[in-house]
Amino acid sequence: MSDDAPMLRMVNIVKNFPGVKALKGVDLDVRAGEVHALMGENGAGKSTLMKCLIGIHPPTSGEIWFMGKKLPSQYNPAEALDMGIAMIHQELSPVVHRPIMENIWLGREPKNSFGLIDHKKMAKMTDDVLGLIDLKIDPRTPMGELTVAKMQMVEIAKALSFNAKLIIMDEPTSAITDREVTQLFKLINRLRDEGRGIVYISHKMDEIFQISDRITVFRDGERVGTDRSNETTMDRMITMMVGRPIDEMFPKVECEIGKTYLEVKNLSSGRVFKNVSFDVRRGEILGLAGLVGAGRSEVVESIFGLRHLDSGEIFIDGKKVEIKNAGDAIQNGMAFLTEDRRQTGIFPMLDIQFNMFVANMKKFTGQSSARLLSFKRIKSEVSHYIDSIRIKTPSQYQKIENLSGGNQQKVLVARWLMTEPDILFLDEPTRGIDVGAKAEIHKLVTFIAGQGKCVVMISSELPEVLGMSDRVVVMYGGKVTGILDNTGQKLTQEEVMRYASGATELEAAGKLI
Amino acid sequence: MAENESFDWVRFLKKYGIIVILLLMVIAISAVRPNFLTSNNIFNVLTQSSIYGILALGLTLIIISKGIDLGAGSVLALSGVVAASFAQTAGAMGRYFPNAPEFNGVMAIIPIFLALIVGTAAGFINGSLIAKTGIPAFIATLGMFTIARGLALIYTGGRPISSLTSSFTFFGGKVGIVPMPVVVWAIAAGLTQIMLGYTSFGKSVYAIGGNIKAAEVSGIPVHRNLILVYSFGGLMCGLAAVVFAGRGQSMHPGAAVGYELTAIAATTIGGTSHSGGIGTIWGAIVGALILGVLRNGLTLLGVHPYWQQVAEGVIIIVAVVVDMRTNASKK
Repeated sequence: MSDDAPMLRMVNIVKNFPGVKALKGVDLDVRAGEVHALMGENGAGKSTLMKCLIGIHPPTSGEIWFMGKKLPSQYNPAEALDMGIAMIHQELSPVVHRPIMENIWLGREPKNSFGLIDHKKMAKMTDDVLGLIDLKIDPRTPMGELTVAKMQMVEIAKALSFNAKLIIMDEPTSAITDREVTQLFKLINRLRDEGRGIVYISHKMDEIFQISDRITVFRDGERVGTDRSNETTMDRMITMMVGRPIDEMFPKVECEIGKTYLEVKNLSSGRVFKNVSFDVRRGEILGLAGLVGAGRSEVVESIFGLRHLDSGEIFIDGKKVEIKNAGDAIQNGMAFLTEDRRQTGIFPMLDIQFNMFVANMKKFTGQSSARLLSFKRIKSEVSHYIDSIRIKTPSQYQKIENLSGGNQQKVLVARWLMTEPDILFLDEPTRGIDVGAKAEIHKLVTFIAGQGKCVVMISSELPEVLGMSDRVVVMYGGKVTGILDNTGQKLTQEEVMRYASGATELEAAGKLI
Repeated sequence: MAENESFDWVRFLKKYGIIVILLLMVIAISAVRPNFLTSNNIFNVLTQSSIYGILALGLTLIIISKGIDLGAGSVLALSGVVAASFAQTAGAMGRYFPNAPEFNGVMAIIPIFLALIVGTAAGFINGSLIAKTGIPAFIATLGMFTIARGLALIYTGGRPISSLTSSFTFFGGKVGIVPMPVVVWAIAAGLTQIMLGYTSFGKSVYAIGGNIKAAEVSGIPVHRNLILVYSFGGLMCGLAAVVFAGRGQSMHPGAAVGYELTAIAATTIGGTSHSGGIGTIWGAIVGALILGVLRNGLTLLGVHPYWQQVAEGVIIIVAVVVDMRTNASKK
């Protein structure tokens, strides 16, 4: 077995973040000359494991063996690169205004005898490195002028310039065209034949079966299993990815579902999503499921007037509405709890009171011609919400950034409840908050629906979608692949995952593997 | 529970520290130079602070919205010369408008309105550029900085405009011992405070500066309100121009150079954060007074004007460092 010894062996890796066990003792081995795919739902632990490997997050405990040597318990990404471990991140962050060669040799530029950078030599060295992967581009081209696919190639060339033995690729095909995928796969095959190890993280079933030798599936910070790609099936992978019982997190109460209230027809926006149609009834929770990049958030942003729509119609209570911006959306009774609390939700340096009433200023302006805000009314309404949804804070004048994630989220929920909406869009409403707050948010959402409001909930956590929704709209690659009923006979995660991973599309196209 | 009831000095100083600094400065200077605290000198300090104090009102809104206005001094000069050209006594006006009547008495309202309109228009252009094209406020207003100055010079041919009517210069003069510039400043500050603190527009300025994307999601008309913020800044330039021309009894196209920087300094000393979303009108007023007291006090103490400039610079830097320390301490 000695010549078959893996180049990388990660043993019993544990990674704890404050309040979260991200990895619960994971093993992984990668052999030389192998493409090893990692699969799992968002948050299953695959990216965290790779971040442990390249030194971004040192593991809490566990051992890493690479090329027959045990690695120290702490090292940084630069040291990992020197050892021959390189990662091509999903979102590349090159220095866009600078030429390719400076990006490749950043921090280790060749010097001339005066100690200054030798640009000629650097260009020559870059040519050589790009030549390794048959890439013919002028080394002086600014990075920003390249396509995403070319940038990826340059990143791979950079990894080779460090003589990387193990190359990790995180969702490398998420932003490139089919033809570029073919080229990328050619290159991956070549790197494999040279005896390098490749770790390939992806959500896309068809690609994984096409490119990988072995597949390891993660779930909830644990490794579920490893299969040889040519000996397993898509169905088996899906079962491994989702096979867990729905816990008691979801206090879904059946409530009376009324008539159709919001209806969207044939919404399209560039290449992001196409012909998206669905409807929501009063009292209904509609789940919007799909993997990262399926276009779910973008659809909701468009309905809410934050993103341009190329075509499509929106009807509320049977009447067609024009929504040009968020102000129009709010006027039409919509509310939108966005996905990224810090980027698009909170006003971090302002207090809870401000954060709550900011979307409701019309409600609190007086009747006089000066239209002054009534802080007396604001104060009493804010404190009403603080009490009723139990936001833990000493006062409403506390800066929101001093609250926990869960309490910040509750403030934002209160902001939108205060607008007395008929339609609530919730994008990943429980992301990054602790279990207790999660259950409370779920209860709140059920309560809101129970009052006859429409709820559209985007969630990447399938148990959450299945535990909360009456119906589930599943998206894949910018298209709605299924609208599934979840009342009566409950859906299984496997069924939803089949639609979300594009498996149903492949079956329909007769390309079942 | 006893701790909660005792006075929280740290919080008090964080919030009102600059008032304490202002008072300490006043006490220190008057201890050495008793004539500092005469009513005459106090009004003097207030009057001297009033022009950049008025500019600072507009800049407070602009900086809270995470912007900047480098053109305030130039726009002041432009609106000033336009207004002054309509406010000359009958004989003197011939140079610009031979057939125009003398706008004296109640009619002085016309040149005053012109100053406000020219200022507001310049601000409107700044705001539209920033909101619609997305160019940084620094660049847009840097452009306005030279454009407005150039237009003022073109309009006057580089010559000062004097012989202004007594009604027009009313707002630069005194009623009894009360200087009108201070009255104008106080009223403008009061109205600005109400707008910033008690209207949805005012609150939206904080939202835009605090997190522009979240403001957009919250239904705030971000573009429209940014245009309004800069227009208000321009309006304050026009108002400051009326006071400026009135005090000097004339208007020079090269006047008020560097006033925007003093106003920015006053706003900054007053705790308005250049990262947006934080700032108060009373802070800008105290900031302007700190600079006024410093200039006046150092003169009384016989410090050379060159050294006064150095002291001013040090104060600005120290104020911002202290402010950043107190605000960033939680991260």
